Amino acid sequence: MAKYEYAFYPGCSSQKGASASNYLTSVESMCKTLDVKLTEIPDWNCCGASIGYAEAGELPRHVLNARNFALSEKNLPGQEMVATCAACWLGARETRERLTHSDTLMADTREALKEAGLTINEMPEIRHMVEVLIEDLGFEEMAKHVVRPLEGVKIAGYVGCQTNRPFGVAGESFENPVYLDKMVEMVGAESIPEYDMKVTCCGGALAFSEPEKAQAQIKDIVESAYDHGAEMIVTPCPLCQANVEIYQGQVNKKYGTKFDIPVLYYSQLMVVAYGGDAKAAALDGQVIRARRLEEIAAKPVKR
Amino acid sequence: MSANTAMAEKYRNNFLKEIEEQVEMGDWVKMCMQCGVCSGSCPTNFQSAWEHPPQELFMMIRAGRREEVLTTTSMWNCTSCYNCIVRCPRKLPITHIMHGIAEYAHRLGKAPKMQPTRFFSGLFWKNATRTGRVNELKLSMGLYFKDGFVQGIKNGMAMQSVALGLMKAKRLSPFELFGGHKCKDQKGIQAMLKKAYDIERSRKAARMAG
Repeated sequence: MAKYEYAFYPGCSSQKGASASNYLTSVESMCKTLDVKLTEIPDWNCCGASIGYAEAGELPRHVLNARNFALSEKNLPGQEMVATCAACWLGARETRERLTHSDTLMADTREALKEAGLTINEMPEIRHMVEVLIEDLGFEEMAKHVVRPLEGVKIAGYVGCQTNRPFGVAGESFENPVYLDKMVEMVGAESIPEYDMKVTCCGGALAFSEPEKAQAQIKDIVESAYDHGAEMIVTPCPLCQANVEIYQGQVNKKYGTKFDIPVLYYSQLMVVAYGGDAKAAALDGQVIRARRLEEIAAKPVKR
Repeated sequence: MSANTAMAEKYRNNFLKEIEEQVEMGDWVKMCMQCGVCSGSCPTNFQSAWEHPPQELFMMIRAGRREEVLTTTSMWNCTSCYNCIVRCPRKLPITHIMHGIAEYAHRLGKAPKMQPTRFFSGLFWKNATRTGRVNELKLSMGLYFKDGFVQGIKNGMAMQSVALGLMKAKRLSPFELFGGHKCKDQKGIQAMLKKAYDIERSRKAARMAG
């Protein structure tokens, strides 16, 4: 039996061939090392994300998330639900909070769920993967497995919005959370605590609908990372990762900049530090290749 | 009578009450003390300025400026960054109120039709709920072709390098066009959502009648 077990909510962007498939690959490798067992919630559905608001309304949005709670409870009773995606985590947590505080919403949700042959008795706790790492395992446990420290690499910890607000990680401040910097240090790299864009919004869904507005944000985020001497950016959020990485070419065209900085997930750094190769860390999933990390991943492991 | 006319008749001269009863988290609007921290914390208000930033919308609601509030592009600028929520000294759930007002304006047919984020928001929800999971390729294509075929090709060409980069990294699959990821119990999902809409509609109608 694994040391830690959770009901897993991977989310749409983590699926094969989707924008954060590299996140999932690296999370799987990371969890193997840490003896964390993630069991996918059967037939889970989309959380609706924040951007669905025009059509979603209140109850349909909560019912959509509640279906995942019901499936989790039915198939993986007693297990906490873990999401890797910031939006999935936020959406599910928000629904759980609203249903907890309103008997009417809960009754209405149960009535709607009946149509899908499901019910909720006890909602699972909703956790983000970084909460599991920090709170359940702890930095000491995470650090134990480092066999290939990312020595001399300077990394800007970009927390972004939805992993940080409105819920955030317990004990962290909204304006200056430090856990990501601590994770960077934990893998043996150099953090940049004074990176002033660490909680700046990447533009979210507006990167699709109104790219000029999101790209103005992305420009600030990347520029500040360069100004602080970062070689790469690390983030816990799939949309932050995609937006900050894939539009650098367009930002360059618009602003005359020469941005070309890799943007990685914390899990990718951890896999490489834990001795995994480039494939296990899904470094082949980068649009802007993380060459420095690829070099380290090709080095022998210190045992 | 259109939905909009019915609401305007019912809540004549009391737009605040209309917002309180019909908009998600609308009953918080009266708590705003006009400090402006929300507007100063908003990334898109900072970059390009909303026509009416949140605290202004709240005062306009209290002043009964119904037409201007419902037709503005303002709340469609929300990126859901939640900065306004965590900074509001009166703890108003501003992000949710913005989404709520936007949804209400959309429901009444008052929201600006071609506002791109309004369009994308609806597209996203339909895309996600059709099969239970988001199809990223169809979502992007749906957005590019919003203004017709020719513009769609142009938009696609402009985004070509981004799309190719993602495909090379195996993070965008052309096969998503033919089916793609989906939930097994799509019928159950459709039925449960239909029920949810019915319940929500009848609750809002009851509030209006009450």
